[in-house]
Amino acid sequence: MARMTGAEIIIKCLEKRGIDTIAGIPGGANLPLYDALYKSKIRHILARHEQGAGFIAQGQARSTGKAAVCFATSGPGATNLLTAIADAKLDSIPVIGITGQVPSSMIGTDAFQEVDTYGMTLPITKHNFFVRSAEELLCVMPEAFKIAESGRPGPVVIDVPKDVQKEVIEVDALPEMDWKALSEEMDTHTLDAIAQQINQAKKPVMIIGGGIIAADAEAEVKTLSEKGNIPVASTLMGLGAFDPDAPLYLGMLGMHGARYTNYLMNEADLVIALGIRFDDRATGKADAFCPNATIIHIDIDQSEIDKIKNAHFSLAGDVKKALEKILPLIEPNSRSEWVATIEKQKTEHPFVLPPGDDPFNPVTVIQKIAELADEDTIITSDVGQHQMWAAQIYPFKKPRTWLTSGGLGTMGFGVPTAIGAALANPDKKVICISGDGSFLMNIQELATIADLNLNMAVVIFNNNHLGLVRQQQELFYDKNYIASRFDSSPDFAAIAKGFGVPSTDLTNSGKVAEALESMMQEKGPRIINIPIDHEENVYPMVSPGAANTEMIGG
Amino acid sequence: MVIEKTNTIIELVVRNHPGVMSHITGLFSRRAFNLEGILCSQIGDGTISRMYLLVNKGEKLEQIVKQVQKLYDVMEVTVQNDYDHTLFDRLHDLVQGSRPAAS
Repeated sequence: MARMTGAEIIIKCLEKRGIDTIAGIPGGANLPLYDALYKSKIRHILARHEQGAGFIAQGQARSTGKAAVCFATSGPGATNLLTAIADAKLDSIPVIGITGQVPSSMIGTDAFQEVDTYGMTLPITKHNFFVRSAEELLCVMPEAFKIAESGRPGPVVIDVPKDVQKEVIEVDALPEMDWKALSEEMDTHTLDAIAQQINQAKKPVMIIGGGIIAADAEAEVKTLSEKGNIPVASTLMGLGAFDPDAPLYLGMLGMHGARYTNYLMNEADLVIALGIRFDDRATGKADAFCPNATIIHIDIDQSEIDKIKNAHFSLAGDVKKALEKILPLIEPNSRSEWVATIEKQKTEHPFVLPPGDDPFNPVTVIQKIAELADEDTIITSDVGQHQMWAAQIYPFKKPRTWLTSGGLGTMGFGVPTAIGAALANPDKKVICISGDGSFLMNIQELATIADLNLNMAVVIFNNNHLGLVRQQQELFYDKNYIASRFDSSPDFAAIAKGFGVPSTDLTNSGKVAEALESMMQEKGPRIINIPIDHEENVYPMVSPGAANTEMIGG
Repeated sequence: MVIEKTNTIIELVVRNHPGVMSHITGLFSRRAFNLEGILCSQIGDGTISRMYLLVNKGEKLEQIVKQVQKLYDVMEVTVQNDYDHTLFDRLHDLVQGSRPAAS
């Protein structure tokens, strides 16, 4: 029996859950929560913008798979958090946002810093709570973690009025904060039918997505691929879940997939879709995607089955458990004809690499980073051309080493997410691959980097453009370039120094390799500005809405 | 209005709290599902409510049901193909200002 405030219940529950680091920003409506945090051992990371705090939590969650927490105050604190929460929803990331709210008695009066956080977070969370009493927190806190992490993970927002944070109640015992997954039954007939389809297929292809990483099913995918000689293509979110050096790896499919990848998908007679949601950037025109294939779809979210592509055989459930049951039913098969076709397509329609003689070629820079990094190095990206080049060429060997905004495509994602990843993985190097447009969108977090002296670097691919916008204007809008070029060009190296973060500017320097080498060796933060040619495009490219076989360039 | 054969009713049992209606109607608007009618009232001790959603029987029905099932506050979902159609007919009369038809 203890007397506790609502705020203390929240903090004690987080402690019990094992949360050790929380990013956030205090304000009027969440000060009781911060007062309770003052007495806690939980480390607080003071971000410089709530969106930064949200992405720091994402960096922790994406790199560990465990739910991470961020704090924001009411009103602008909550609205600033929204983008990071929406981003977590689209990529199924377990993040819990705890927001302060004006006192209950003032709700609905247009009080200072009042905004309908519950209403605004409703469509962008897996679930959200508006807490009406301190008593409710004893139920809401464990539920929030269970919702965020169970099934298909996703963000949860808990909005807590200031008076509820201050309300004192008698607490008998803190709630159990860990949850247990229920064992699920899987239909044996469907498992048999799926195995039979795989055994009969002459030209099967697996597509793996973020669900494989969420379910830790990399080993099962590898075994299935090796046992049946089944090639594996990955979505943007699945990168890192399959060995990029395996002969049957097809790389990323879709809008910026290699030609051979999209051609082979088109030839497949069976698609085994695992932990994917048939996103439009992966499928191109959905009707024309894998037109000759029988489709097997296994995903933990029932509502993804038959949403975009009707599946001939489907299972809604944990993909790892499903594969464990299917694997013993798979007959070893050399599939020599299909393997030969794959090799032929790879030779005839390869991913075209630059000659390598220009150290400022963006693909060459990414190859250089990959050469210097080890397989545990965590790469975060922002959104745009640099993101696609990294996805195309960087050989991610382990899951959770590639943190990127896939669904929402949020510029500004890379820097704060790298901070979160570096906080959660002090033994690993974290590198944010960014662009000049994206870098500016959360540049204030340089101050947070300076506070923490983290082992992370930001490599800015600087073409002084919104490169992927410029590319689309070139290819699809008659070269009518508007609003894609920046008229002035910030001196990022000087700005970083101004924040107290070491920097290197490679403008007027040819020493790209040397700069990257010393970045890799040092243990602290560094910002590197690399000028690149604004006419470099990401190829191949499928026009939005077109079939994946209709590729431009590459 | 007579309920057209193209419509059907989804019956829900939901947790009863002030935000639950927003969760249901928000799902319909953001996923571009049509909602032709809605009826809701608490049952039992007031901790749960029953909802009737009048929806189009089109190809999206299966997806609507799956999405509704995912909502945390939704405890039961049943599609009522042979439901008492006069339910929404009488409601329609009420809304139009005429006397509800005698049942």
